[in-house]
Amino acid sequence: MIARRVRLVSSVAAVVLATACTNSFEIPIETPIRPKLDVGAFQRVLVAGFIAGGSEDVDGNLETTRLLRSQLRSKSELRVIDSDVLPLMDVATEGRNADSGGAQAAAPAPIKEQKDLEAYEHVFANVEYWKRIGEEYQQPLIVTGTVMFTPLQRNQIVQQEREVYDSFGRRRVVPVRTYMERKGFSLDGRFIFIDGRSGATLHSESFGEQILYNANQTTPALSSYFELMDRLIPSFLSTLSSQKIKGTRILLQ
Amino acid sequence: MRIAASVFALLVALAAAPLAADARNDAKKQVEFGITVAQRGLWREAIYRWERATQIDPTYAAAHNNLAIAYEHEGDLSKARAAYEKALELEPGNALIKQNYELFKEINDRTTRQTR
Repeated sequence: MIARRVRLVSSVAAVVLATACTNSFEIPIETPIRPKLDVGAFQRVLVAGFIAGGSEDVDGNLETTRLLRSQLRSKSELRVIDSDVLPLMDVATEGRNADSGGAQAAAPAPIKEQKDLEAYEHVFANVEYWKRIGEEYQQPLIVTGTVMFTPLQRNQIVQQEREVYDSFGRRRVVPVRTYMERKGFSLDGRFIFIDGRSGATLHSESFGEQILYNANQTTPALSSYFELMDRLIPSFLSTLSSQKIKGTRILLQ
Repeated sequence: MRIAASVFALLVALAAAPLAADARNDAKKQVEFGITVAQRGLWREAIYRWERATQIDPTYAAAHNNLAIAYEHEGDLSKARAAYEKALELEPGNALIKQNYELFKEINDRTTRQTR
């Protein structure tokens, strides 16, 4: 990303030079981005809930459901259904126990790592279950998926700026590379879009974002969660609704 | 024999040069008209003009660049990419085309990002 920015800045400098010698015209454009999913058949959307795990400081199921509902309310034409968040982990566990004869009713095991999710993912393929939910809420588009919000710790080389003074007392700022401990969070998972009429999965989209801070910086888990979700929301929304991206380009003669 | 062939080749080249210049002039008129209409928001007409320009003179990088911008504005990102790539193939050192292409790629990457 930084490399791309640097390339862009240097190309802008080159462009200024080139513009002086070429017949060129700057023109504003609006690039329409079509939604990845055709939601024309739906008037309502149900953000049902998520299989969530990782940090215990954030309830990934509740927070993700709340955030997506509020984003869809303001940025999508679909009517957002207000309902209780589905306890998908319990549903998945019950389904598994029923499949194995229903002898033991084991409580859902806590999800600490990505691989722990595998035990619950079968719930998304349960067409009958989603069809029943769809009938209950008048056949909406159903949004569900997985969310893993996990703490991260990494030692890495970081470039910092340091003030130095020469023998004449002149101040200079020099880049210094230091090896330091950093802490933060990662947010990984999958948004799954289900047709409430048939219970079938229409589209699924994986995501993964990380954020790292200096080890001495204290950032609440919830604010990191929202910071990471902020990065994912545009991609999530572009699945359901069209967007226009404004920019400028150079026409040449 | 070799001299005669060389003279013939030279004559062909000399005869072809004005034709190429004519093609570029005709294409340039289409490009200029396309720019005028695009500036007034008539992007479909601009696309028609720039497509004509690339048919008349397929080596005209500016026409491919403008066409790419128009496709981008219409939301046809696959055609836009192909047109930018053609423009850059013809003029790899053109900083203005490169800049347009970088900006296009940012948008294109955003739409395809994280869809696995």
